[in-house]
Amino acid sequence: MSKYEPVMGLEVHVELNTKSKMFCRCSADYFGEKPNTHTCPVCLGLPGALPYINEKAIEGCMKIGLALGCKVAEVSRFERKNYFYPDLAKGYQISQYRWPLCVRGEMEVVGLEGKRRIRINRAHQEEDTGKLSHIGGVTLIDFNRSGVPLVEIVTEPDFTDTAQVRDYAKKLQQLFRYLGVSNADMERGDMRLEANISVRPVGQKELPPYRVELKNINSFRFMVAAIEYEIKRQIEALERGEKLTQETRGWNEEKKETYLQRSKEEAHDYRYFPEPDLPELRISESEIQRIRESAPELPWKKETRFMSEYGLSESNAKILSESKEMAEFFESSVEDGRKLGVGPRQIANYIINQKPDISVKVAEKIKVMDVGVIGDIGELGRIAEEVISENPDLVESYKKGKVTVIQALVGAAMRKTGGKVDAGKVREILEGKLG
Amino acid sequence: MRLIGDQVKKVAKLANLPLSEEEIVKSSEQLSKILDYVDQLSNVDIKNIEPIFNVVGSSNVMSDDTPRVSLSQDEALKNASQKKNGFFITKGVFEE
Repeated sequence: MSKYEPVMGLEVHVELNTKSKMFCRCSADYFGEKPNTHTCPVCLGLPGALPYINEKAIEGCMKIGLALGCKVAEVSRFERKNYFYPDLAKGYQISQYRWPLCVRGEMEVVGLEGKRRIRINRAHQEEDTGKLSHIGGVTLIDFNRSGVPLVEIVTEPDFTDTAQVRDYAKKLQQLFRYLGVSNADMERGDMRLEANISVRPVGQKELPPYRVELKNINSFRFMVAAIEYEIKRQIEALERGEKLTQETRGWNEEKKETYLQRSKEEAHDYRYFPEPDLPELRISESEIQRIRESAPELPWKKETRFMSEYGLSESNAKILSESKEMAEFFESSVEDGRKLGVGPRQIANYIINQKPDISVKVAEKIKVMDVGVIGDIGELGRIAEEVISENPDLVESYKKGKVTVIQALVGAAMRKTGGKVDAGKVREILEGKLG
Repeated sequence: MRLIGDQVKKVAKLANLPLSEEEIVKSSEQLSKILDYVDQLSNVDIKNIEPIFNVVGSSNVMSDDTPRVSLSQDEALKNASQKKNGFFITKGVFEE
């Protein structure tokens, strides 16, 4: 075992799927649109333009916060985070720093050594920046994304292995989708991960005196690879007696290594101050209650309920609570099953193994399979009568001595019942009736 | 309060202002004077006074999530010093 252990925290940004932007009412649906067609003086950062808070976004941020067990602050404020970059036209991002909307939550994750509680420091509301593309020595700017609502969720440095980090990120993505606040598509940039990584000697209580920030990594797989590389790199550096410093690093997928993006010397000094153009937010207890009550059952709660209520295995419960749609499909099938005498576990197995389309009546399908072969003689007789009366030509041939046509009559009985009849029995009955 | 050249250079950098040596000297004097002037506030007893963050004093002023018509691309790019294919152009920024 290594003498060092990693200390890790995660920052997750998620773009909310509101119709309009955070501080102006330009359409926030920018993906694939012509550049600079969703802008106005506010999101172009023109002097004198005044921001206006999007109520729906605030609600989305609170939904996320409450689902993570955060407290919604009685009073929260927007602040200006000042820095210069071409994607940020007004020279500051409206964000939250000292008075975030949601504070102190937690999430349970599963890592290499079982379950662990990760403390959430905050879930705050901010705005996205414009999109840059670097082509032929110049930089092109599209401000369609500028001002799209963004929620940032920051953990305490509580992760101790990469499995926990992966589980946390996956659970957050699942949560955003359950809550319906974001599509959380990593490739489209709806959801972005940043990890703060440092290592310390095993047994040391205090946090390491530096941390490396891994940025701009757009898949779970790359993030895990980057973190693993970084832990190894840092341990090796410490073992060589090197001193590690604060820096920002990116991931080079081709070389499978992290690389330096920005060192401490260039670290930013954001000079946050309260945004004077926006009023503070005061969230009442009744508003919090309303959001709490409108929230769907969370995936991890659903998973345990599926186990206790329906007797499902943990892995099946996990699969069936993966998405809200899947869970709803399963539970409505269970409801149908009750009337037909088909149990939840049979339904769970059928859905997981057969992967039916959600339009399929699962309980009925299973019922049919269960009954399998129609064994009732009376029922078979009735089916045989029908087949005989519907196929006079075949019956005539048979009677004339062409006994092989019995196969065609059996086939007709099969088609009629969707394959439920026992071919042998129905043949016997047909022969008896025709004989 | 005396601002030294290094502090002025840092502030200038944060404000994205290219200052000449001469301007740094001049700014040091002027900024120091401004700080002295503002520093008079330190003499006021504010022990029992709540900070004010917004002079209007309102809260929860929000609008519903209904998109409105944006500027056209031409209007948005009207004041751009350089543009191409509907994009603003700025001098190259290399992130990697």
